[in-house]
Amino acid sequence: MNARQPAEPQIIVESLVKRFGSFVAVDNVSFRIGRGEIMGFLGPNGAGKSTIIRILCGLLRPTAGRALVAGIDVAEDPERVREHIGYMSQKFSLYRDLSVEENLRFFGGIYRVPQSELAERMRFAIDMAGLGGREKALVSTLAGGWQQRLALGCAVLHRPPILFLDEPTSGVEPRSRRRFWDLIHTLAATGVSVLVSTHYMDEAEYCHRAALINQGRLIAVGSPEELKHTALGGELLLLEIGNLGAALAALADAPDVLDCSVFGNALHVLVRDAERSFRELPGFLGQKGLRPSRLERIKPSLEDVFVQLIALDMAKRRAA
Amino acid sequence: MRFRRLKAIAAKEVLQIWRDPRSLMIALLLPFTQMFLLGYGVNLDLKHIPVCTFDREGSQLSQDLLKRFQASQYFVIARDLQSYRQLVAAIDDGDCSLAIVVPPDFSERLNDSGGASVQAILDGTDDNTANIAFGYAAAVVDNFSNSVQVSWTDRQGRALQQIQPMVVQSRVWFNEDLESRNFIIPGLVAVIMALIGAQLTSLTIAREWERGTMELLISTPVKPSELMFGKLLPYLALGWVDAAFCLVMAALWFGVPYRGTLAALFVTTTLFLIVVLSIGYLLSVLIPNQVGASQIALLVTMVPTILLSGYVFPIDQMPRVVQDVTYLIYSRYYVTIVKDLFLKGSSLTELSTPILFLIVYATAVMVLAARAFRKRLD
Repeated sequence: MNARQPAEPQIIVESLVKRFGSFVAVDNVSFRIGRGEIMGFLGPNGAGKSTIIRILCGLLRPTAGRALVAGIDVAEDPERVREHIGYMSQKFSLYRDLSVEENLRFFGGIYRVPQSELAERMRFAIDMAGLGGREKALVSTLAGGWQQRLALGCAVLHRPPILFLDEPTSGVEPRSRRRFWDLIHTLAATGVSVLVSTHYMDEAEYCHRAALINQGRLIAVGSPEELKHTALGGELLLLEIGNLGAALAALADAPDVLDCSVFGNALHVLVRDAERSFRELPGFLGQKGLRPSRLERIKPSLEDVFVQLIALDMAKRRAA
Repeated sequence: MRFRRLKAIAAKEVLQIWRDPRSLMIALLLPFTQMFLLGYGVNLDLKHIPVCTFDREGSQLSQDLLKRFQASQYFVIARDLQSYRQLVAAIDDGDCSLAIVVPPDFSERLNDSGGASVQAILDGTDDNTANIAFGYAAAVVDNFSNSVQVSWTDRQGRALQQIQPMVVQSRVWFNEDLESRNFIIPGLVAVIMALIGAQLTSLTIAREWERGTMELLISTPVKPSELMFGKLLPYLALGWVDAAFCLVMAALWFGVPYRGTLAALFVTTTLFLIVVLSIGYLLSVLIPNQVGASQIALLVTMVPTILLSGYVFPIDQMPRVVQDVTYLIYSRYYVTIVKDLFLKGSSLTELSTPILFLIVYATAVMVLAARAFRKRLD
């Protein structure tokens, strides 16, 4: 867990808990998001990402703990919180039977964007979403990526200082996803704090900081670099070997090996000290009649980090 | 409450109504079809009751009597029968609801003793029709019996001294011809508006939930009251078009005399529309799926309005407890108002009591609906 706290926090979450009956959806979660910061929520489906975002939008009441958005307690005054946020829900929720322009005008009215600014703000949103020339098109006729960008346009029309984006890129083709992230960065550069969830692990690379969530608990937070270096609690080796299954079983008893998982036709082995294992592992495997064809130190990808962290978390839970 | 937000909601609703031509057509055609179906279907006047005759004498006198049935607008002669067996079959088959049997010694007894009887056999399955048919039949026979008496005294060379100590001179007000249509059609307008009004709004909230647009909407600063008024206003306009169809049809097509002022009609109809639209909206808030909301709306508007509003069944004829219950039926106030406006030409002052009730009702339902709306998912 990373202790560094952002300056000028726009979102402060402390020991947040949400229970639905006996099911614990959010389990004692704490984090902060600073001004202009992009925080990514990563984790498998059902991990509790949407639930946390919904609590922060004032749509769900927290069972325990505290959440401040723009300095306002969401449990006490959700209405005032709503003035300061823009939200894109997981399910597409613009009006499909209205045109691009009509949707924008609707949200402009709902957020009371001053009439004198409305035309300019709508222009900005349309340009940002790349929807120029499609102003009159019904939303139902637009492709997924365009719809998502329009939804973002509607969410930022009133210049909210805080944006909640719940899986904005799910179901969107890779090129549109890339473009969407560029938009998020443009907005963050103007000081908007963004909390964005995704189940694409590679998208964590686009965030200033990423939080990994599993079964309602926040199991790691940090910048992509920090996560790669420290979150694993060890170093990663790539092991290519003929008999993967036997090697996997053998490594479970090997000294200094923390974890081991299959990646394609090789193994990723998490060890306490790469130098030492580099020297000792071939001998250890040789005793068991196994001969590695390749053993080298690798830089972990974020996906490695998350797979390892989730595996470790699961093991810890089982033990507990 | 911010007018800007209300306007945004209303404008969006108008666009959505406009973009859904099928629902719009239904909303506009429904009052037409309902007015035609129910306007012609419900008629409490009994005319042209089918009657079978069985003349066992076949004399001039017996034929004279039966011709009077033929001449009456209340009866049509369905068949002339030759036997009791045929008569039983005719009643059984529903060919007639009344059979008149003239006995073989009809003229003889009339001439001898001055007193003969005619048999009337009635199909009592529908007691109301049977009662009325018997009343009309008795009147026809009475009438005939009078004229027989007159000619009889004439033949005796005496002037008949008809002494009638008391006579009631009746004069019917408001519905001068006692046409049941004049009484039913204005009430029918209320029934149809109650039905359509609640249907129109019962879908609005459920639709947002089902299409997934509600989650975003409740994450905005929109207030429940802004959402409610914004959604009600466009439907009030649509409801007015429907109401105008119904009222114009009542006056021009069905020829019910309209004696009130248009201002009074506008004020009261608007009030009633607000009540029914709010009820539909309240149901929509409480039941977040379209089919369920629409079904419940149908149930809670149609049944009580038809049975307990006084549209057909007079409230003062109901048992005391049921009468008390009718105060809860919002349609009863508008049924009273619209009947009085059409037939009596009442003024707003004269209608102040039912108007006051409608105002109270509208306020209560709207407050409930605004409070019932939760901007939360749990």
